[in-house]
Amino acid sequence: MNQQTAIKNAIEVKNLNFFYGKFQGLKNVSMNIAERKVTAFIGPSGCGKSTLLRTLNRMYSLYPGQRAEGEINLYGQNILDKDQDLNLLRARVGMVFQKPTPFPMTIYDNIAFGVRLYESLSDSDMDDRVEWALSKAALWTEVKDKLGQNGLSLSGGQQQRLCIARSVAVKPSVLLLDEPTSALDPISTGKVEELVNELKSEYTIAIVTHNMQQAARVSDFTAYMYLGELIEFGETEQIFFKPTKTATEDYITGRFG
Amino acid sequence: MQIDNILYKRRRIASRIGLALSMSAMAVGLAVLIWILYVLFSNGLSALDLNLLTHDTPAPGTDGGGLRNAIVGSLMIVSLTVLVSTPVGILAGIYLTEFGDESKTAELTRFVTDIMLSAPSIVLGLFVYAIAVATVGNFSGYAGSLALSLIAIPVVMRTTENMLRLVPGSLREAAFALGAPRWKVSTMVTLRAAKSGVMTGILLAVARISGETAPLLFTALNNQFFSTNMAAPMANLPVVIFQFAMSPYDNWVRLAWAGALLITMTVLLLNIVARVAFRDKVQ
Repeated sequence: MNQQTAIKNAIEVKNLNFFYGKFQGLKNVSMNIAERKVTAFIGPSGCGKSTLLRTLNRMYSLYPGQRAEGEINLYGQNILDKDQDLNLLRARVGMVFQKPTPFPMTIYDNIAFGVRLYESLSDSDMDDRVEWALSKAALWTEVKDKLGQNGLSLSGGQQQRLCIARSVAVKPSVLLLDEPTSALDPISTGKVEELVNELKSEYTIAIVTHNMQQAARVSDFTAYMYLGELIEFGETEQIFFKPTKTATEDYITGRFG
Repeated sequence: MQIDNILYKRRRIASRIGLALSMSAMAVGLAVLIWILYVLFSNGLSALDLNLLTHDTPAPGTDGGGLRNAIVGSLMIVSLTVLVSTPVGILAGIYLTEFGDESKTAELTRFVTDIMLSAPSIVLGLFVYAIAVATVGNFSGYAGSLALSLIAIPVVMRTTENMLRLVPGSLREAAFALGAPRWKVSTMVTLRAAKSGVMTGILLAVARISGETAPLLFTALNNQFFSTNMAAPMANLPVVIFQFAMSPYDNWVRLAWAGALLITMTVLLLNIVARVAFRDKVQ
């Protein structure tokens, strides 16, 4: 299929305002996240990029006092609706965090945990799924002989890929990555970035990153945010080479930030 | 730099005095502990023999005897207490951290638990006497377990809560991010991560209740004969020690010392197990 054929939006954010109690963390943000593309959120610390990401799977709903107003349409359905089932939403919109968070169980169970929540698979089907997910995360060859070991026994980079595998295993339609490489060494970072490139053929990916080179390397679209506002949003090439706003240019060229 | 020698010397002397004071306070504390253990061992060790395990508590005026009925009774009462208080304490602890958190109910529960933790055990014993002995008409092992549970539950509950609080929020979020409902997150992920701490809490609760006498005086009472019927009065080590230690019979006094030594050793062992087996495994 040609790259240029109509890009479908997985998520459409409309007039989103977000509040931490009285503090407004996001101001009237509107943007689209294209299906099977990588969208990067960049900006200085505290600009709201993680906040925006955490509205996409309603992670903020865990904390009383945090609320969002506006619309976030996931394939046409507003996930900010009161009736939205949060567990089902999070099964569809996976998330990987800054620090690796393997569960205190075996590598196998780390993967199977999420799958078991929504699917009843036979033992052999589950084995296949675990192998599939670990292969997707480029971890299978490293761990296939120690699936019974505790997930915490892996190295930091392996743990993070385990977490990615865990999210992929439940077959979500969207994958949210919140600074997934900020706690990793350069080699592990490279592996995770390769992974993002491979996963985008099947998943819609939104990634928050502090590292602009990373945004340039892995993303198709980039959103530059500052103080809770979306300053500029467009194709990554355009944002990095021909930004229309001076604020974006200042940040990207390092004059600010 | 000009060093003021007098200032320096004065400070060094002050430091030595401080150190000497704290060392002697430590020595006093340690000496008392060693003294207790010494008295306990010198009196109890000679009474330790196999008869303790094979004979029941003797009737007044008869020779020999052992503590079989009291040991079995104590084991049964304490086991039942653990069976009751562990699930209740752990579930309540999970409620406090994972569900209630800062709600009014949770705050109130915490407050009441703190009162329970410091409540004199004789009050709890009297309470259980009123509701489970006076109403039924006879003392029983069940009532004993109930009274001990009232002591153990708050201990297990607060340790569980504290251990669950140590689990990083990111681990919870990661589980929620997979679409796991709250109870799954709590039982499969957070509780597992805090497992060793929670186990330590249970062992410490057992150590705490295994020597409690006051609540059992009002509830399980005592039984001179071997019995495994928990609906009836039941022999148990603390009450046997209490009654035998003050008796005029030599063999009774010796048995009381042996019982005291047994309890102390058990508690010591539990503490060591709690420390060694679960050390540094809290994630």
